[in-house]
This record gives sequence, structure tokens and C-alpha cells, in this order.
Amino acid sequence: MKRGVPVLIGAGLACALFVVLITALLTNIFERKQEAKNPYVRLVEVSEDTVDSAPWGTNWSREYDGYRRTVDATRTRFGGSEALPDEKIERDPWLKRMFAGYAFAIDYRDRRGHAYMLSDQEMTKRVLERPQPGSCLHCHASVIPTYRRLGGGDLFRGFEALGKMSYQDAHAEVAKTGSANPVAGGPATRFEHAEGAHPLGCVDCHDPKSMELRVTRPGFLRGIRALAASDAPVPHLESVERWRQGSRATAYDPNTDGTRQEMRSFVCGQCHVEYYCGPKATLFFPWGNGLKVEEIEKTYDAYRFEDGHRFFDWKHADTGAEVLKAQHPEFEMWSQGIHARSGVACADCHMPYKREGAVKISDHWVRSPMLNVARACQPCHPYAETEIAARVDVIQKRTHALMERAAGAMTDMLDAIAAAKAAGASDAQLADVHELQRQAQWRLDFVAAENSMGFHAPAEAARILAESIDDSRRAQLAAASASRR
Amino acid sequence: MLGAALGLGAYTFHYAEGLSYFSTDPRACKNCHIMNDQYASWTKGPHHAAAGCVDCHLPHDFFAKYLAKAENGYHHSKGFTLQDFHEPILIKPRNAAILQESCLRCHGEFVHDIVRGSTTAEDAVRCVHCHRSAGHGARG
Repeated sequence: MKRGVPVLIGAGLACALFVVLITALLTNIFERKQEAKNPYVRLVEVSEDTVDSAPWGTNWSREYDGYRRTVDATRTRFGGSEALPDEKIERDPWLKRMFAGYAFAIDYRDRRGHAYMLSDQEMTKRVLERPQPGSCLHCHASVIPTYRRLGGGDLFRGFEALGKMSYQDAHAEVAKTGSANPVAGGPATRFEHAEGAHPLGCVDCHDPKSMELRVTRPGFLRGIRALAASDAPVPHLESVERWRQGSRATAYDPNTDGTRQEMRSFVCGQCHVEYYCGPKATLFFPWGNGLKVEEIEKTYDAYRFEDGHRFFDWKHADTGAEVLKAQHPEFEMWSQGIHARSGVACADCHMPYKREGAVKISDHWVRSPMLNVARACQPCHPYAETEIAARVDVIQKRTHALMERAAGAMTDMLDAIAAAKAAGASDAQLADVHELQRQAQWRLDFVAAENSMGFHAPAEAARILAESIDDSRRAQLAAASASRR
Repeated sequence: MLGAALGLGAYTFHYAEGLSYFSTDPRACKNCHIMNDQYASWTKGPHHAAAGCVDCHLPHDFFAKYLAKAENGYHHSKGFTLQDFHEPILIKPRNAAILQESCLRCHGEFVHDIVRGSTTAEDAVRCVHCHRSAGHGARG
């Protein structure tokens, strides 16, 4: 009896512990089963005029949470997103030389996340200290309802009209359009008007009814149409190749012709591209001869402004050459790379699929794949994360080293041309030199302004930089002989 | 009390569909929804008609099969309960070797000319290196 009591108590405790563990396991299994049930519940209605992303977040909270994370500071070896990030032009003084006489020489910083795009633009000295056109809002604000309102329903007319305004006037128009937000607790069809401008959000890439991806930007719609109509090979865009083989009775339209996988790049290509923003012409994407650096150059060289003058972005302050500014041709550079050719879309690496419970979603925290190697790379490249990161590092460091060489050559070229001018060489004598300067700067800037440090297309980036170095050195030699004459 | 423990244990086993793990039904492999993508793409893939999950992912002789089942069963339940596994899920070397053996079980005669020596050593070229979507598409 005396020995029996402790044994009984011990057995009772063991049994109780077992039951506790089993119950814990049971509830865990219950939770996992619940996860698998509902991917999302549509709680409120959103419309084409709901440019504020917050109401969308009520329905698609997982995606919205990711989108909001784009305000977080991140840093990779060659790019950052801290609060008012580094001045690129202080870190790389050659940029200031290259942009002499242009607004980029007064303020040029590293990029930040999507949710900052409008406030960063409102704050940059390029907008505060220099007059800028309303077309800047094509990509920095959720602007489509404003285009429709100003164009009386016609997207393209509104686009032209807003582009002609000053940045400040256009911004006021966008704020006036505001957002049609669903009324909390009201019937599904009731919306209220809320004033204010918003950065790009859900409605810019998603159809509010079906959530399907769609392209909304007039610049892209026109640009891809021109590209399709050209005969530049685009083997990575299968729907364009297919359209070309058809009757061509209707113009190429990415929203009806594009494949689902293509749309996962097209929505990014609405803004992450080379373009001319104004003010001397309506914003356009220079894709009429193809997407390669020399094909875009050909388009620019053939383009005439209304006054008949050949296209140029600005007149270089040191040399007087009419030169080009590259924007951020990520879509174009990606188009020349192995990932595009293999059918890998922007979203596959920058918004990789992830699992939350049993729900598979695309990560809307759009960011560098190097901050998310497992999700971004390993689904296709099943190797250790360190190995993958090391490969990217090699590509980017090589590109960077070559870019520094090209920057050195460009600086020497500017010195030589400035010396030739000081020695009395006329603009007519320097015409060929100016042409080479235009080509050299265009190529160097095409790689420097592109956000991947060569990774999107390593061999293409190296080819472009090699051409830039060659152009710079030829210009330097020609300028030197001009100053001797 | 022992009865309560037994009863609760038995119910938990039933609720967790414990018996299904003794079957060869591919649906058992997606009980825990991590394999949804693999299952969905397998149903649309070429091997759907010829082989299910266990035909490729488990050895075919009795002892090796239950050893592999026990080992994977332990890793899977631990990972899924504690949610501490690496994503995307990656196949481990021992399971990759089992998979490679399975390719050769059916296709060995056809490929014996190009398969030399070990095909399961660490640095050996595996069938799925090139034929990665033969069984199922999604890996991540």
C-alpha cells in the first residue's frame, strides 16, 4: 500500500503529461487543417477609382502587408533604401561630371521601395529646384483615374493633357481626383470620395473585379505596340512573335495578347524602362526599333522634336555636346538576359511565391532577390544560398570594375574635349567628337542607371561597357588631335 | 485515466488520418498541404499514368521502404508541427539517391549505355538534373 501510492501518482502524472502532449498535437493538426480552407474573403468592394491601397488591404491583407513592407530600409552591395538614401553622386563623383548641366547633377540618390515613390519625388531637388513636367506622375502616382477624368473617359487624351502641365499643377489634379473608397460598414456598392494623391498601388496592376494582372500605363501600351510592329527579334516575348505571324488587323495589346507569365513582367515594364518624360514631347518609350541599347539609340537619333531639332536630353555643360540620359532600363536589360530567355518573369525573383499557412501568395514586398535568396533563387537553383549569393557577387563585381574603367575613360574624354575647346576648337570641328561623346555616355549610363549591376544580362552589360570605353577613348584621341591643329 | 489517454490518442491518430500513411495513395502525401503544388503538377504530368509518389520516392523492397517511410515520416511530422523547415523544400541526399534508383528501375535498360558506374554518388549526374519536370513541376 505504501509503495503503491507513489507509483500510482507517478503513473497518473505520466498519463496526464501524455494527454497534454496529445491534446497539443491535436490542436496543432486542427490549426494546420484550418489553414487550408479559405485563401481570402472579399470583405469590401474596390473599384477602378480606388487608388488608395488600404481598402484593398482589407480583402487581400497578406499581399497588402507585403506591399507596406516596401517602406523598410534594405541594403545590398550596390543599392540601398535608407531614409533619404546615399547620394549616388557623392559616392561616385564621375556621375557629377557626366551629368554636368543636367538636373541629375544636383540630386541623384539610391532607390527606395514602392511605397516611397511619390513622397521621394515630391522631395527631390530635381523637382523642387527645376521645373518638371506632369508626365513624371505617369509612374510615381496612381494616376489612371485622373487621366480618365481629364480626357473625358479617354485614357490617352488625359495622358497627353496631364503631361503638358507643370509637375505642381498635375500633382494638384491627381490629389483632386483622390480615391473612391468603400464605406466601412456600408453596403458593398457605396463609395466615398477621399482627396489626396497616392503612390502606385494595387489598382495599377490588378483588375479590381478579377484581380487579374493588367497593364494600365499609356506609355507602355504605346511602347509595346511600337515594338510589336517593328521587326526586332524578341524571342523572350512569345505573344509578340505570335502576333507578328497573324494578320496584324488589330494592334498588339498586352492585356489581350500577352500570356499570364508575360504579364508578370509587363506590369513591371510599365515603369522600369527607358523613356523620354518631357517636356519637349509627350512621354514615350523608345522601342520602335527594338529594346537593345543601339536600337533605342537609333530611335532617339531618328526622332525630331517639334522644332525639327534632333532628339537630346541635355547639352553637356563642359563640352556643349547634345547628350542622352538613360533612365532605368531594367526591362530592356532583362530582355537580353538568360532569365528572360528561359521564361523567368520579373515577379519570379522580385516577388517570389511564398507560403503563409496553406496559402501560396506572391510576395508583394518587392525587393532585391539577394535579400530573399531561398525564395527567389532556390526553387530553380537547388544549391546552397551562399553559393548562389557568391555567383551573383562575382557577376556584379566584374560589372562594377568594368563600369569604373568606363567611367575613367569618360572622365578623360571630357577633360580632352574641354581642353580642345579651350585651345580654340570650334563646335563644327568637334562635331564628330561630340557624336562619340553622346554614344559613350549613353552606353555607360545605360549600365550605371540600370538597377542590377549587370546581373539582368551580364554579357550584354559587358558588351555595352566595352563599346562605351572604345567610344570614350576614340573621342579622347580625336579631341587631342583637334586641339593640336 | 489510461483509457482517456488511449481514447484521445486514438482519436488524434484518426483525425490526423494516420492510417492513410500506410497506403500508397498520392493524396496522403498532401494531407499537410505543403505538397499541394507537387501533387497538382503531378496530376497534369506525364508520370501521372505510370507512377505515384511512392513509386519514385520510396525503395521497393520491404525493409528499405519502411525504414525510408519512418525516417521521412519523422522529419515531415517534426517539421510540419514545429514549422521549422527550410523553404523551398529541398530533397535530401539519401532521398535523392532513392529517386535516382527509381528512375533506373523502369528506364535502366533504355539508358544503360549512358549510365556509367555509380549514379547516386554525390557528384554523379542524375536523371532529374535535366528531366526535372518529369515527375512534377513545382519544387518551391
